[in-house]
This record gives sequence, structure tokens and C-alpha cells, in this order.
Amino acid sequence: MRYLIALVLLVVPCLGWADDWEDRLIFNESAEGPRLRVISSTDTVLFAPVIEGFVAENPRISVEYLVSGTADINRRVRATPEAFDVIISSAMDLQLKLANDGFALSIDDVPVPDWAQWHHSLFAFTSEPATIVINRTAFEGQPIPQTRQSLIEALRKRPEEFRGKVGTYDVRQSGLGYLFATQDARASETYWRLMEVMGGLDVRLYCCSGEMINDLADGSILVAYNVLGSYAAVRAEGKDALEVVLPSDFQTIMMRTAMVSKATPEPKAAELLLRYLVTERPAVAEEASPLPLLQPSDGSDGRETIGLDPALLTFLDGLKRTKFLSAWEDAVIQ
Amino acid sequence: MTTSATVSGSLRNRLVLTLIGGAAVLAILLFLTVRSYAAKVAQQGQDDILGASVSSILDAAALRHGQLEVDIPYAAFSMLSTPSDDRVFYAIYQDGEFLSGYDDLSLADGPIEGRWAFQTGQVRGERVRQVSASRTLVGLGRQTEIEVALGQTQDALSDTLDQISRNAAYLGIGFFLLTAALSFWVTSSTIGQLNKLTTSVTRRGPQDLSPFKKPVPKEMAPLVTSLNSLMGRLDQSLSQSEDFIAEAAHRVRTPLATVRSYAEATLHRVEREDNREALKAMVRAIDESSRAAGQLLDHAMITFRADHLEREEIDLVVLIRDLVQRLIPIAEMKELTLSLSGEPSVPYSGDSILIQNAVRNMVDNAMKYAPSESAVEITIIAHPEPQIQVRDSGPGFPPDEIDTLTRRFERGQNAVGTIGSGLGLTIAQDVATAHGGALILKNRSKGGACVILSL
Repeated sequence: MRYLIALVLLVVPCLGWADDWEDRLIFNESAEGPRLRVISSTDTVLFAPVIEGFVAENPRISVEYLVSGTADINRRVRATPEAFDVIISSAMDLQLKLANDGFALSIDDVPVPDWAQWHHSLFAFTSEPATIVINRTAFEGQPIPQTRQSLIEALRKRPEEFRGKVGTYDVRQSGLGYLFATQDARASETYWRLMEVMGGLDVRLYCCSGEMINDLADGSILVAYNVLGSYAAVRAEGKDALEVVLPSDFQTIMMRTAMVSKATPEPKAAELLLRYLVTERPAVAEEASPLPLLQPSDGSDGRETIGLDPALLTFLDGLKRTKFLSAWEDAVIQ
Repeated sequence: MTTSATVSGSLRNRLVLTLIGGAAVLAILLFLTVRSYAAKVAQQGQDDILGASVSSILDAAALRHGQLEVDIPYAAFSMLSTPSDDRVFYAIYQDGEFLSGYDDLSLADGPIEGRWAFQTGQVRGERVRQVSASRTLVGLGRQTEIEVALGQTQDALSDTLDQISRNAAYLGIGFFLLTAALSFWVTSSTIGQLNKLTTSVTRRGPQDLSPFKKPVPKEMAPLVTSLNSLMGRLDQSLSQSEDFIAEAAHRVRTPLATVRSYAEATLHRVEREDNREALKAMVRAIDESSRAAGQLLDHAMITFRADHLEREEIDLVVLIRDLVQRLIPIAEMKELTLSLSGEPSVPYSGDSILIQNAVRNMVDNAMKYAPSESAVEITIIAHPEPQIQVRDSGPGFPPDEIDTLTRRFERGQNAVGTIGSGLGLTIAQDVATAHGGALILKNRSKGGACVILSL
């Protein structure tokens, strides 16, 4: 498994970046059957085992895996819905809006629990918490903060050490960052105080989890807030320096969702892939995939999964978004 | 004799059809009513939520520094979450100008109910229930109107309606089945009363004309009353005519006997051959008449006794021997022998006068047709049932008339020239029937007739 990831990591940069993709990889290229174009926000490293499992089961189908940011995915799908067969993204709100706006193909009888699907067109297949990732070197001899409040206190106590060394999503660019930010803001006022403190420390803003973790690993930043747990876990593997903290005050859990584009030229193959994602992937054994499985949570232990319901549309409203972003900018960019 | 009634329609079918048809109509009405009521309630429910949602959006609108801000509450869309994940569309307009949301959702122009205007229409190829509402905001020297349109697809609603329709259909079918079963039961129990009456009419013996006493439902009382009165009149006129016949026969017999004795006396005095022949014919005619009168009397007596049968313990052999003794002189006059054979004793419970009368008629009959110097055999057997058989060696019964000979006044083809009224076998049969038995007519294989009185 690791060799494979290492191989992918080696190979990927050599392929070059056609059409401005973050990453682009074709699986089972020699297959004579249909070719699925999968647009996804998930790094190839994490998703490759899933696609490999799929093409092993369906050798006639080849898959072109295209990686881009969540906001970019939303833009591209709206511009050319027929160019993609399966759309996978971690930005649940954008995905739900795509489905609500009629970009998703309705698929019946997919065996997922009711809370993990919307309108028979949008299907969740992972549960991933937002985490705080900390470079241990910054907290040597000191307790690692487990809540947002203790993180605020730690940052306030040693502002000089952390200045320019804290990072979070640029919610203006990242769909997932915006989703996490809005859900955090809904959950607690602490979010705004944390943003003010981080803003005071010249926070570095990132478009994607990957870059944030890279910078953490090489020590460019010491604390990253709202990093996807799945990414952090993969990177932290073998790097003792990184500590992934699941905040104990409240956790925001995102579900990665997939849908079949309504304009897909290959509805049958696309449906196969979607069914594989939600039903067979869990059976293939968890170790094979670094992506966590879907887990139910009722919010009773402070872990609340963002629900797949129309309320997600709220913060995507133009007026509401403008208002939220201006409040966010007020707090973060000082 | 039986004339089948002219049938026009069936009471049972009419009842069943009316009741079941009524039940079906009621069941369909029930289904439609429940469904339309449920549809109204479900639509009202969706409208209420849409109204609340649009109100919460309007309430979140404010003018800040002359600028319109609409801070849509999270709950506004959250409350629109349905089990079928209905799609949601919204649009915000300021003074008629599109501001945010879905620009293909126009404001509803339906009738305004209170603060909201509802309408059902098509948005993006889906049936959408839509609500519009507006609010006027007054700021510093400025007035602006904000209008919000909110639409929701109706998947959950139609799911609910399907479910309610299904349940309403079950209810309707259940109601129908129950009522149908009930109507079958009601019909059969109503018709059952009629059938009961029919059975008790059919079961009656031919002579039984007594009134019906069993209780019947009120509605059938007039029928039974008129049936009873009809039978009363029938009984009366029947007994009147029997009385009349008996009376007539009785009155005729005595003068006939007088006439006969005069005729016989005259016969002895008359010398001329043709006159003697005429007188002989006269005596024969008188004999026949008086015999007929006697049989008519017998018949009337038998009809009466058979109606009120009184059984007593008798020995058939003693009874018949007694009769044979009395008949021997008559047989000897005709140069016939009477023989009695069979069981030594056959006890039986019946009316001795009737049985004797029947057997006398049978023997009379046999003696009439038996040729001279022959024997009439009378046999009594006890098993399997008591039987009295009378055989002669006469010409026997004409085979094609054997079934009709027991009718009143019916005489065989070969009876011409023989004295008889045609009542003899009828009397024997009436006696057999009154005792629950039968009269069997046969021809013997060696020639001659055989009459069996089976009791």
C-alpha cells in the first residue's frame, strides 16, 4: 500500500498539468469500455486505492481521475456538466446545491441510510472530522491544547512564537473551508474569537488541506486549524512531529459526497462507480483505504455530522455569503 | 297438476344487488372523501411550513446604513427538510429587482391569503408549491419593499398522499367487504323466512288444510293470514262437497234398493223373453248404481278417517280372515274360490276399518275380473314390511294404464261390461297413503293381476 502511494507520488508530478488540474490520473487506460471522468476534491493518494479496486472489479471501464478544489469543482460542473460523469467533493453545501439545482442524476435503491443521502441523487460515503493539527515541537514540555479555548489561550500566551506560524483555510477560495467556518460559527462564538486571535498572529491562508499539512510537516507553520482529519492522518503517519487533535469541545464532521452528473454520457458505468463507492468500498477492508468510512453520529457526544438537508443552502446565498465573508475578513485580515 | 309460478326477477338478487351496490358507492365515496380531506390537510401542512419559512426570511431583512441586508436564518431552510428530500428554491427581490437566490423562480401571482400568496407551478421541470410574501422596510428617508418567493417540490407530500390513499383504499375495501358480507347475511336470513314458510307448505300432506300456527315475521303475517283463510275456505268447500256426495249417495241407495226389489219381483212374473232381458239389464244398472253409491260413501268415510287416522293394535291375519269369511258366499255365487295364505300372525298398528275396506275393494276387484272356476289368492306377509297381496288369474291390467288406474273414477280399457265405479283402487290407495305405505299394481307373469297393499 505504502509503496503504491509512494509510486503515485513519484509518478504524478511527471505527468504534467493539462487543463490546470491539481492532479490528473488515468486508471486502467487500456480498457476498451467506457471511460469515466471523475472530478474530485480528494487527493489522488487517498483515492487511488478506491479507483483501483473499482477497475479491478470492472476491467472494461477506465477512469480518468481529475483533482481540483471544491469551489473550482462547483464552477466547472456548472459550466460544463456534460464533461464529468461522477462528481466527488468534500464541500457538502456546494454538492447539495448542485443536486438541488438539478445537476445530479437520481439513482434509486442505493443501500445507504436515509441521513447519508439526499433526494436519491447525492450520496455520502465518508465521515471526516475537522481537526486541529499541531507540530509537536511548538508544545514541547507543554500540554497540547485539546479545545479551541485552550488553543486560544496557548496562542495568546506566546504570540511571538506563533506569529506567522498559524494556518487555516482561506474561506473565500475553499468551499470546504467555507463549510467548516460557517458550521463552526453556527456552533459557537469561540470560532470568531479564535479567528481574531489567529488574525492577530498574521494567519497564513491556504486553499487546500494538503498544502497546509506540507507546511506543517516542514515546520513553516506550527498550528493548522480545521484541517481534514483524513489528510492529516495520512501525512502524520511516520511523522512523529505531527499531532492530530480532535477538539473535545465540539467537532464538526463532514461527509464526503458523490453524485452522478445528470448530463453524463455514461450513466450506467457512473452508477456502477457510485454504488461501488457507497456499498462495496466498506467491504473491501478499511486498511486498504485511508479514507474513513461513514459513521452515524447523533451529536450527543459533541460530535455533530453536518446534515444533508436544504439548510446547507443558507450560507450559499449571495447576501448571506457576502455578510459572512465580510465578518470573517474583519476578524482574520487585520 | 302442479303449475310452476310465473317468475319475474329475484327478490334475493334485487336485495343483494341493492345492498352491495350501495356499499360500493359508499366505499368509493368514503375513499374519495378521506383522500381529498387528507390532500387538503397535507397541502395545508406544507403551506404552513413554507409560510413560516418565508416569514423568518422576511424577518431577517433589515436596512443597515441604507443598505438592504437579508441574513437568512439557518432554520428557514432547515425546517423545509422532508423525508423525501424535497428540492428547495427561493428568490429575494427588492422593489421588484432580483437580488439573490434562483432567478427562475418568479413571484407568485396567485390569490393572497393573509400575508402569503400560494401557487403551484413548474420550476426546473418539477411541480413546485410556491409561496410569496413581502414586507416594507423603512429606513432613513428611504422606503423599500422586499419580496421573497419560496418554492418546494412535493415528493414528500405525494408520498404521504400515496400512503393515505392506500390506507383509505384499505378502509374502503374493508368497509365494502364487511357490508357485502352483512348484506348476504341479511338477504339470506330474510329470504330464509320465506323459504321456511314454503317448506312447511310443501311438507304438508295432501289432506292437511289446517291453518299455519308457527310464528312468522310481522311483514309475512298478512301473507300467512290470507293463506290460512284460503285454506279454511278450501277445507270448508271440500268437506261440503264430500258431505254432499255422501248425503246424495245415502239418499240414492235406499230408493235404489226399493226399485231393485220391485224389478226382481216383476222379473219373476214376466214371461216374455225381451221384457225379461230388459228387466235384467235394469237390475244390473241398479246394482251398478247402488255399488257406486256405496263406494262413494266408503270413499267419503275413508277420506274422513284418513284425515284423522286412529291407530290401534290389530292382527292383520285375523282381520283379513274375518273379511274373507264374509266374502266367501259372494265368491261362491260367482264360482270362485278365495284362498288365504302367508304368516300365521302379523301384528300391526293401524285403522282396522280402513284396512278391511281397502282389502275388500281389492278382493272385489279381483273377483270382478277373475274368470269362473278360478281362484283369488290372498297372501299376507310381514317382512320387510306388512303387505297384503291379492292375485287373480283374470286379464290383468292394461300395461299402458297401470300408472293411472288408481285415480278417482279411472277405469281400465278392459273394464267395459264389468260393473264398477272406478273408486275401488283409489280407496285402497288412500288407505295405503294414510298409513304411510303404497299401493302397487302388477301383472303376473302367468297372467292375471296382482295388487299389493304395502303398509
